[in-house]
Amino acid sequence: MKLPIYLDYSATTPVDPRVAEKMIPYLTEHFGNPASRSHAYGWEAEKAVEDARGHVAALINADPKEIVWTSGATEGNNLAIKGAAHFYKGKGRHIITQKTEHKAVLDTCRELERQEFEVTYLDPEQNGIVDLEKFKAAIRPDTIVATIMFVNNEIGVIQPVEQIAEICRSKGIIFHCDAVQAAGKLEIDLQKFKADLLTITAHKMYGPKGIGALYIRRKPRVRIEAQIHGGGHERGMRSGTLPTHQIVGFGEAARLAKLEMATDNERIRGLRDRLLNGIRDLEEVYVNGDLEHRIPGNLNVSFNFVEGESLIMAIKDIAVSSGSACTSASLEPSYVLRALGRSDELAHSSIRFTLGKYTTAEEIEFAIDLIKRKVNKLRELSPLWEMYKEGVDLNSVQWAAH
Amino acid sequence: MAYSDKVIEHYENPRNVGSFDKGDESVGTGMVGAPACGDVMKLQIRVNDSGIIEDARFKTYGCGSAIASSSLVTEWVKGKSLEDAGNIRNTQIAEELALPPVKIHCSILAEDAIKAAITDYRKKHGLEQPAEQPACKAA
Repeated sequence: MKLPIYLDYSATTPVDPRVAEKMIPYLTEHFGNPASRSHAYGWEAEKAVEDARGHVAALINADPKEIVWTSGATEGNNLAIKGAAHFYKGKGRHIITQKTEHKAVLDTCRELERQEFEVTYLDPEQNGIVDLEKFKAAIRPDTIVATIMFVNNEIGVIQPVEQIAEICRSKGIIFHCDAVQAAGKLEIDLQKFKADLLTITAHKMYGPKGIGALYIRRKPRVRIEAQIHGGGHERGMRSGTLPTHQIVGFGEAARLAKLEMATDNERIRGLRDRLLNGIRDLEEVYVNGDLEHRIPGNLNVSFNFVEGESLIMAIKDIAVSSGSACTSASLEPSYVLRALGRSDELAHSSIRFTLGKYTTAEEIEFAIDLIKRKVNKLRELSPLWEMYKEGVDLNSVQWAAH
Repeated sequence: MAYSDKVIEHYENPRNVGSFDKGDESVGTGMVGAPACGDVMKLQIRVNDSGIIEDARFKTYGCGSAIASSSLVTEWVKGKSLEDAGNIRNTQIAEELALPPVKIHCSILAEDAIKAAITDYRKKHGLEQPAEQPACKAA
């Protein structure tokens, strides 16, 4: 067993060796520019790009013409939201999103606020899911764009995006969905799902980093304004030389995901449940976010009275991420958990475990044992645990905050 | 996270973990920080008749640097007079543990914990009024 054990598949996934193998010839041998129309090098590269476009489109049941390559999800979200807002600004300047979106969506919305758009940031319910009635209530006559993620990156909950898309369609609102954490894990069928724009990326589904795709609906036709200008690649929507090898990798990853995700999901769900049952032996463990409406590979839990960063340090033999942003420069706990109404203590005590197709039962058993030992050790060190055990209500304490 | 070797050493082998009886006349207890801010330190000192800190205990909820800072100060205060212990500065703690700038607040908290424990002891013995705690910057 290789240490540390990787349980951070929502951050990124390893490239499937079958994907890597497909990519290599496009770096060395078939290196042509897909935009070169005058020779075989270009034609060959173009064919590879179009084959890959077909695989990516097939994964989400879309037409290949609806796929625009991007450098990844951050660019995809920027292009979709800014592109649609800029194109439709004559109709109105109001945008709806929610507080637990990824920063690539939230910061894009902030930027649009600086450009005199108005943004409503909905609060999710305590289980992390957006309430449809609250969504409807936020719609105004001048609402032009709504953007709600398919699956949350921290807590893995699945949003009712299909219903939201219906609502938006009926109101003539462009609906964008950040489906980065859903693609390759959940079935996405854009013949049924009425999203107008949908962002996906390769490196969350065993493809390479640095390549993503934006789905742009053709029926009914959705328009966006380009954000990057140049040679008019991707029908003018995203200029820039296409990275053939990355695209080939994304295509292969999408093809494999379509074939294998159902089987992988079942196995991953079994392991995730085993992990949850194992750590539930401990007292004061809280699952963050809805457990039912959740992708199979995600487990986000708070170990009350233990601080997240010190726990990560204690369990350094497993690679996970902490909801507590003490790990970064800011000392704020996770904004996602805060939006769920979790107390600061619980938000500071959270760990995100994300499992993937290479996770084994042996690794999960190792993780359970390690977590239990270290949580107990840190609780022995914790004055909060001591007070809890003495029956002190921590909310009644007057903390001298700093 | 780039923790110094000293932080890791204290974190993995924390010194003087535990609790004294808060009600004991010879014990001073300082509890600083807040769960909402992500760290709480409890530092206790046992003081002998000549005003020397004989022993110390701590419990800390917080990151590795917070645990290491409190572990370190329990070692430093032992054998010191209340006055000398009260002169320990956060900069000394930060320097000893090579704390990065983002973790300086851990050393400040440890300094505050010593001061709070001393104040508590003095208060018990009618020597001093309680001192003000620093104000919260994180909500």
